[in-house]
Amino acid sequence: MSVMGTRVVRVEDPRLLSTGGVYTEDLRDPRLTGALHLGFVRSPLAHARVVSVDAAEALAAPGVVAVLTAADLGLPAAPPMMPNFNPAMTLPALAGDVVRYAGEPVVAVLCEDAYQVEDAVGLVDVEYEPLPFVVDMRAAARDEVLLFPEAGTNTVCTFGAEELDEGLFEGCEVVVTREIENQRVAVASMEGRAGAAVPDDDGRLTLWLSTQAAAMSQGAVAGWLGLGPEQVRVITPDVGGGFGAKIGADPEHVVLAAAARHVGRPVRWTETRSENLVAMCQGRAQVNTVTIGGTRDGKVLAYRLDVLQDAGAYPRFGAFLPALTTMMAAAVYTFPKIETRARSVVTNTTTIGAYRGAGRPEATHAIERGLDLFAAEIGMDPAEVRRRNLIPRFTEPHATSTGGFYDTGDYPEALDRALWASGYDDLRAEQARRRERGDEVQMGIGLCVYVEITGAPLGPEASEVAEIQVHADGTATVLTGTSPHGQGHATAWAMLAHEETGIPIEKITVEHGDTDRIPDGTGTFGSRSLQQGGVAVQQASIELVELARQRAAQLLEADPSDIVLDKDRAALQVKGSPTSAVTFAQLAEKEPLGVKTKFVAPGPTFPFGAHVAVVDVDTRTGKARLRRLIAVDDAGTVLNPLLCEGQRHGGFAQGAAQALMEEVRWDADGNPETSTFASYPFLSATEVPSFELVEMATPTTYNSLGAKGIGEAGTIGSTPAVHNAVVDAVAHLGVRHIDMPTTPQRVWTAIQEAAR
Amino acid sequence: MIPAPFRYLRADSAAHAVDLLGEHGDEAKLLAGGQSLLPVLKLRLADPAVLIDISRVPDLSYIRVDGDEVAIGAATRHRDVVESEELRREVPLLPHVAGYVGDRQIRHRGTLGGSLVHADPAADLPCAVLALGATFVVEGPSGQRRVDAGEFFQGYFQTAVGADEILVEVRVPRTGGAGWAYEKFVRRSNDWAIVAVAAVDGRVALANMGETPLRATATERALAGGASPAEAAASAAEGTSPIEDMHADRAYRAHLARVLTERALVTAAG
Amino acid sequence: MKIGTTVNGAARQDEIEDRLLLVHYLRDRCGLTATNVGCDTTSCGACTVLLDGESVKSCTVLAAQVDGREVTTVEGLSADGADPHPVQAAFRQEHGLQCGFCTPGMVMASVSLLRDNPKPTEQEVREGLEGNFCRCTGYHNIVRAVLAAADGVSS
Ligand SMILES: Cc1cc2nc3c(=O)[nH]c(=O)nc-3n(C[C@H](O)[C@H](O)[C@H](O)COP(=O)(O)OP(=O)(O)OC[C@H]3O[C@@H](n4cnc5c(N)ncnc54)[C@H](O)[C@@H]3O)c2cc1C
Ligand code: FES
Ligand code: FES
Repeated sequence: MSVMGTRVVRVEDPRLLSTGGVYTEDLRDPRLTGALHLGFVRSPLAHARVVSVDAAEALAAPGVVAVLTAADLGLPAAPPMMPNFNPAMTLPALAGDVVRYAGEPVVAVLCEDAYQVEDAVGLVDVEYEPLPFVVDMRAAARDEVLLFPEAGTNTVCTFGAEELDEGLFEGCEVVVTREIENQRVAVASMEGRAGAAVPDDDGRLTLWLSTQAAAMSQGAVAGWLGLGPEQVRVITPDVGGGFGAKIGADPEHVVLAAAARHVGRPVRWTETRSENLVAMCQGRAQVNTVTIGGTRDGKVLAYRLDVLQDAGAYPRFGAFLPALTTMMAAAVYTFPKIETRARSVVTNTTTIGAYRGAGRPEATHAIERGLDLFAAEIGMDPAEVRRRNLIPRFTEPHATSTGGFYDTGDYPEALDRALWASGYDDLRAEQARRRERGDEVQMGIGLCVYVEITGAPLGPEASEVAEIQVHADGTATVLTGTSPHGQGHATAWAMLAHEETGIPIEKITVEHGDTDRIPDGTGTFGSRSLQQGGVAVQQASIELVELARQRAAQLLEADPSDIVLDKDRAALQVKGSPTSAVTFAQLAEKEPLGVKTKFVAPGPTFPFGAHVAVVDVDTRTGKARLRRLIAVDDAGTVLNPLLCEGQRHGGFAQGAAQALMEEVRWDADGNPETSTFASYPFLSATEVPSFELVEMATPTTYNSLGAKGIGEAGTIGSTPAVHNAVVDAVAHLGVRHIDMPTTPQRVWTAIQEAAR
Repeated sequence: MIPAPFRYLRADSAAHAVDLLGEHGDEAKLLAGGQSLLPVLKLRLADPAVLIDISRVPDLSYIRVDGDEVAIGAATRHRDVVESEELRREVPLLPHVAGYVGDRQIRHRGTLGGSLVHADPAADLPCAVLALGATFVVEGPSGQRRVDAGEFFQGYFQTAVGADEILVEVRVPRTGGAGWAYEKFVRRSNDWAIVAVAAVDGRVALANMGETPLRATATERALAGGASPAEAAASAAEGTSPIEDMHADRAYRAHLARVLTERALVTAAG
Repeated sequence: MKIGTTVNGAARQDEIEDRLLLVHYLRDRCGLTATNVGCDTTSCGACTVLLDGESVKSCTVLAAQVDGREVTTVEGLSADGADPHPVQAAFRQEHGLQCGFCTPGMVMASVSLLRDNPKPTEQEVREGLEGNFCRCTGYHNIVRAVLAAADGVSS
């Protein structure tokens, strides 16, 4: 019986549920015996000149081994990661003369004991001379306060149209335009960043990192240290969530590695939550000016998306996000004319990076919120407006004018299923009754139809490696280039290998994340794992069976074409004669049995879906409560529904949290206001309902599994749906828009203003 | 994060705690459930040299009916307040409100006395005991004294309990069948109140509308004069001076105080 | 100072620094690293363990305060690790964990909740876990797991 598409429970769970995972801080590897503990002195100011560092008191404190500044480590600043970034905007490992955000690491402190580090960090005396600062991206775009005076501007890069087309909206009966904020949110993986470094006797460095992509971390750290990649070995312990922010290397990782080399001792580092919330890359942070023109009967004729991206203090992946946002601007619609333009600017804030969806949620949010504004303007139901503009079902790739190349899709069907499952007409009827009665608690219904891009390569090709080895005891090892941190690859990849070979799932071990073992792996991000890494495992398994067939044929003195696989016994046998057989294990006993392969995808895939959110809004207090979330998320063929649903649930909550709660904030003095979990509104189980999942699976033709990515879709669909629902709940009171997060105060204020 | 170094001492009676406080002076702090103090120490917002643990003093943890009042030992945990049959019967507002403090884990450690002496203006229990008109029994080097609820909360995180004193008992009047209600407005369920209102027997107290919990005296007067809940609630924010923070500005807090007061009064009249 | 504790059924004596937090006592002195630290403000519940059978946040308890008392971590939940506790079994069955970082705390909070309320409603489960954060699961399957454990479905 095939395991494909079945709810296999996870093989990784017994360990995680009993002795717990081995996250970086849990490592008890003998090589780390006697490791020093690293801590950072961080800037309390948004923008300042570093006048002096006095380490004397810290150095005299118990257990302090070293206090290191940028000059001590002699690390160069990293050049901008993209060729179109302003070349003057380089990233220091430790701040030198200038700090550019509150939380920036300035001094590294090494102690014998973790408790001593916190004492010692407080004893380092850094004198700062405050500089004018700018934390708001709109203000930064005016170039009045410059972060990098030598750059002459705060603009990192631009994308899209140089000149706007004056005539874009000619012939439109209705044009709506609005600035829509996609606020900055914290990644807030439950495990923050952590690492451990051991300088080996041969000059090599072993680095355990909480990462989503070991090879990229290896490349980044080695490059920064001026070493060849082979000089650094990255090993990935269990990782407590990443959501995009654990790709590559951060300054702290490089300081960890450099410090270990500097003192010639193992060093370990675990950030606190207070550090995590100011110094780990954050997400989103766009202001999108959306203009939509069309006819009164609901046909959109032209769409303009003008993106302002806050890159934070140092341009990293965040500055590049608009490339994805503008690419996905065409969304699921047939808009005849689309124009996009984008600009990324630096601000005195935490650096922006990838966060679950990275650039695509922003595109979806802009158009989905914008379409509701358009619908409100012409007085048409938002579902109907969407229907009138959706791209019809297609089976051959569909190219968009903004550079998308959608593989397969059926957007009208996704919308219909979501509406049907939600009981849309009944919901609208209930809403009408409540409005008529003038209830204190009104309800809102919000929609989102989305398409997104998954498995997009960061390099030249969309590919992933896999290796499978069978051992003489009948067990097998799968080595994968992906890097699970909750996604369940140990289970899913074992299912795939089992499906092809018959080797029992419980006998298959999946290894990942060690650059010595898997030097050419890529990692897990951009919802790429199953469609590339999983397919590679399937391909390796098929190749393994083929290799075994050849060997079995020789051994059993038969023609390879007469050898068949007996999955029940994990054996190869001569067709029609079950006694003439040899198991994989027996073949492995004779000579090593394994294959290594790489799957190259023809390109990224484009999952899609439709969400309906239902919220209750207390119109007297402005508080919104998410009552229902109904979701169609079509990611092609599903390998393991349990895992797939889990990815969706997590995404829904994160997406809803952005619409309702989350926002990273600074006060008027440039101080972070949300640097702990007491102040950053991470939502708990009480703020979300159980979710309602609707199935739909339109396979891709780009891989043998028919699978697209599901890791980020939930987040992409839910934010606009929930946001639209909140606005819809008070639309009858005259409210057209409320920026996210739709806090009670904002909703209440919007109601007051509309009444005026 | 980790507290700065301190010495840990355990008191075995209230008197012992007072002695230790006398011995160590300003350097010392009492530790009850630690659910407010330890986070403060971990963030290094304070660094006392000595902690005097009173959480295990047996004669500071009790709930007993005493005449017209219920006497509650200061080190009684929130959980025990929530589950107390006596309180549910005699002062139902208090166990109800204790159930709003933090989360289950916090209620398993945190104490009534700790919450009251910590005196966070956004906290639940200070608001409730103010509405109830509780009396506080405070012990110091020169013996015990009693403080009225109206005098107890003196400022932002400040109470009438001196640095050399310990709160030993809270005495709440039995309200029996009188109407009561608690309205807490939060964005997340285990947060501190953005604004909260406790109403019992014609008395109304507000949380987070100033530097201390406050009585809504104008509302109480209106109620006494026979006003409807809506009419009485209209003056709930009178005389308050709430903070502005990222959750709410002053005008919105005042509005919330009125809405929540009206709702509480309707429920209490219920 | 010196403390005597019972951790997962075994009595022990330790010399500790007065400021040592229970979570670090468990992790660094007892070698029980399942219990994690996820925040600095007693908010997230990743560090939840049982103290004399009740859930507490071990980042906000001093090791000194558990002198003479009994602590249970997820490692000590199922007797000698053979049969998983019904809550552990249900978390696996319902896919109530992804990265696993919040899981030990979430499981211990759930065990404590079910001890006090063996047949909770969905709303009671959600409220009962309000002090435990999870970034991966959206809580959906965690809630289902706790309800399933209450029903004995997975045991
Ligand atoms: C995540 C989180 C959420 C929370 N949410 C809420 C909430 O929603 N509502 C709410 O009201 N509170 C909330 N709290 C606060 C908290 O629960 C209480 O304030 C706490 O329980 C205080 O009691 P404690 O026994 O832990 O006091 P401790 O932390 O031990 O002490 C607090 C202060 O009181 C002093 N003290 C303690 N006992 C005495 C005494 N008998 N005599 C004199 N001084 C004494 C201490 O010296 C210290 O200064 C929350 C806390 C956390 C960590
Ligand atoms: S680590 Fe204890 S509550 Fe977060
Ligand atoms: S499973 Fe990852 S935080 Fe809960």
